[in-house]
Amino acid sequence: MKPTAPFIAFLLAAAAVAQDRPIAVINARLIPIAGAEVPSGTLLVHKGKIIAAGATVTIPPDAERIDAAGKTIMPGLVDTHSHIGGISGADGSGPIQPSVRVYDSLNPFDPGFGRARAGGLTAMNIMPGSGHLLSGQTVYVKPRPISRGKDPNTAGPTIEALFIRDAAGKPMGGIKMANGTNSIREAPFPGTRAKSAALVRENFIRAQEYKAKLAAAKKPEDAPPRDLGLEALVEVLDGTRMVHHHTHRADDIMTVLRLQKEFGFRVVLHHVSEAWKVAPEIAAAKVPCSVIVVDSPGGKLEAAELSWTTCAVLEKAGASVAIHTDDWITDSRLFLRSAATAVRAGFSREGALRSLTIEGAKMLDLADRIGTLEAGKDADFVILSGDPFSLYTKVEQTWIEGVKVFDLADPADRLFATGGFGAGNAVVPYMCCAEHARGEEFGQ
Amino acid sequence: MKHVMLASVAALSLQLALPATAQVAIKAATLHTMSPSGTISDGVVVITNGKIAAVGKSAETPIPAGYTVIEGAVATPGLIDSRGTVGVSGILNQKQDQDQLERSSPIQPELRAIDAFNPADRLVEWVRSFGVTTIHTGHAPGELISGQTCVVKTTGRPIEECTVLAVATVSATLGPWSEKGGSASPGTRAKQISMLREELLKTQDYAKRRERATPANAGDEEKDRPPADRNLRSEAMLRVLNREVPLLITANRAQDIGSALRLAKEFNIHIILDSGAESYLLIDDLRAAGVPVILHASMARAVGDMENASRETAATLTGAGIPVAIQSGYESYVPKSRVVLFEAAQTAAHGMTFDQALAAITTAPATILGIADRVGSIAVGKDGDVAIFDGDPFEYTTHCTGVVIEGRVVSDTVR
Repeated sequence: MKPTAPFIAFLLAAAAVAQDRPIAVINARLIPIAGAEVPSGTLLVHKGKIIAAGATVTIPPDAERIDAAGKTIMPGLVDTHSHIGGISGADGSGPIQPSVRVYDSLNPFDPGFGRARAGGLTAMNIMPGSGHLLSGQTVYVKPRPISRGKDPNTAGPTIEALFIRDAAGKPMGGIKMANGTNSIREAPFPGTRAKSAALVRENFIRAQEYKAKLAAAKKPEDAPPRDLGLEALVEVLDGTRMVHHHTHRADDIMTVLRLQKEFGFRVVLHHVSEAWKVAPEIAAAKVPCSVIVVDSPGGKLEAAELSWTTCAVLEKAGASVAIHTDDWITDSRLFLRSAATAVRAGFSREGALRSLTIEGAKMLDLADRIGTLEAGKDADFVILSGDPFSLYTKVEQTWIEGVKVFDLADPADRLFATGGFGAGNAVVPYMCCAEHARGEEFGQ
Repeated sequence: MKHVMLASVAALSLQLALPATAQVAIKAATLHTMSPSGTISDGVVVITNGKIAAVGKSAETPIPAGYTVIEGAVATPGLIDSRGTVGVSGILNQKQDQDQLERSSPIQPELRAIDAFNPADRLVEWVRSFGVTTIHTGHAPGELISGQTCVVKTTGRPIEECTVLAVATVSATLGPWSEKGGSASPGTRAKQISMLREELLKTQDYAKRRERATPANAGDEEKDRPPADRNLRSEAMLRVLNREVPLLITANRAQDIGSALRLAKEFNIHIILDSGAESYLLIDDLRAAGVPVILHASMARAVGDMENASRETAATLTGAGIPVAIQSGYESYVPKSRVVLFEAAQTAAHGMTFDQALAAITTAPATILGIADRVGSIAVGKDGDVAIFDGDPFEYTTHCTGVVIEGRVVSDTVR
């Protein structure tokens, strides 16, 4: 195989070594998210973790110093909704397929990961599409450069190298659900909204029964036969697997809240084009929202009344707000821009910064590990040339767990940031509905 | 004369709908005229009866009594979207509002954009609220020759009242976007070019037949008589062959751009390169051919034929002296339209100067589309089209605070 430019870029990036010496990034403006901005301070990291961040940090004598005067440092960006990696999910055989895992389709060599690093993203929830009521299990990853198996911390050039694992070593992820028109299709899919809700309720009732049987089994041999789909739904009922729910129209949002109340699962509402109409209800339900910001309303009926003010309205109502890329709907390299656009429409600057970091981390159950510049957290951060919400600001460096994974000064990395010859070879992901439009109209 | 009458009807109707008068002055702390007057501090634009009557420094440019005065931090010429489908490919993306592509045949240059444009589509209002006052819209890329394009103002008034150019270009597409499956043609790149050559040869024959039917020495009466074999398709292509209307060729791969240049040379037609993702590979050829580029949206997805798109292409082409305009393009899903203000902004963050980026959505498209006598700059005698902002128009958190078209305030939404 002739090595492609992105492939070579991965090899170069893989040369990054585990962090033996402490690194002190000094003289930078710090936006720690936790606490006030520091006009000029130090970020000290060691062995992949943040040791300290602040105006007065004692720098160990053996530390490598990086002068970041004039630069701005903030936590690595957390994207709660992405489709990069050439993913697929459930197939056309049915509307509810909880046994399907998105990571069994992920290509870690997809240039989307390079672009994500160029955009300052350090954690993301990669999901299957919205053409199903339930299209499968999502996966939380970091876009670490793929090693060739030499790094003992990774498992080589496979998706395992990107996983974020829980305390038991299990890859973390949620489950993707959707309502509204994307999942209303020809049989065996539901034909109406009411049928959509009925099918979801039936499946959760089966899961409740399965869970009860598991609990009633005194000995392993009394347990019901393993059922991969029901096992995943039991995790949802137990609250250990978050529901990430695509939903646009105000009444569809209310349907999610109704089902959430009935079954008690934990849920993040995604996209929420019409959340501005039902913000008090969302806030009262204490359900967080992950919002998409796109350059115009429309493109589908449910997004015809999409408003840039959604983040501001939700914030005012007291709801937790994150923003996502939905990459390739918006480009990971423009993630900061999405939040800036929400600021343009009235979202507070502080809220917008949180929406790119800690609020997303909470929605992925990772708030104790990422999302702020605080001692003990993963050393995931970005170095910006200026203010996060300025057009003219560049992501200059992206660091994950104390390793520099993107450097605008490196030509191989820069290719991902700007595009150009050889930057492509992207694998277009499977996604409901967009796929039809894409294939039909623009032949991609 | 006819045009003036139409314009006054439009003015009357707008007057009913909007409180603003036709006599408007704009005061801006920074006025980017995009004309030889350059950028003026504390500038004033006076618009009388729809046309710009005076431009200059505030101290030296009196505003006549009774004029509505709009103030802002920054003013620019009304922005021009050099290539989109707004008003033709509607906001809802449902069958009933999608008129950008007719699939019945791969070559249909007779399809007029003015018969498809819906000025009431909400996307017209959306782009207008960001200062876009003129749009080059119509048939989308996606068929070998998909139809015509037109240039309209974003007033929202009926096509008869908002048209700047009824026929701006005939739209052609090379590469996979216009390839068909199965046994349908064109199924390959080579077939695309052979079909276009056949079409232009047929048009040459048509021209000869018409010339024979109406010899040059014919009397006026004879000349006015329609030719015996009127044919809308050939009539549309004849205008291309006669260099009256450019062929807008959408091509992204360098090889397709090369084919477009070859075709233009063979038939001596005027072409504009549309999209042009890999145009940076053919700088010398484009410059030698004198072909301007209406470049893809900066934030267009870099997939498929556009996988090698670069955010620095506008700067590269501009640096090489090739005229470049930035377009919103055609979007088949979400977002249903891009906004050229934001697309040009990205070029300002990737190698273009502020003035170069602003030119790519004002003077450059005006020149490329042949409408620079009316729009694209703030100068005496031009249409009174102005966009007003509360800061650097390109900056993410700046707002467009007002939009004026031909002296009428058409938007005061702060967005």
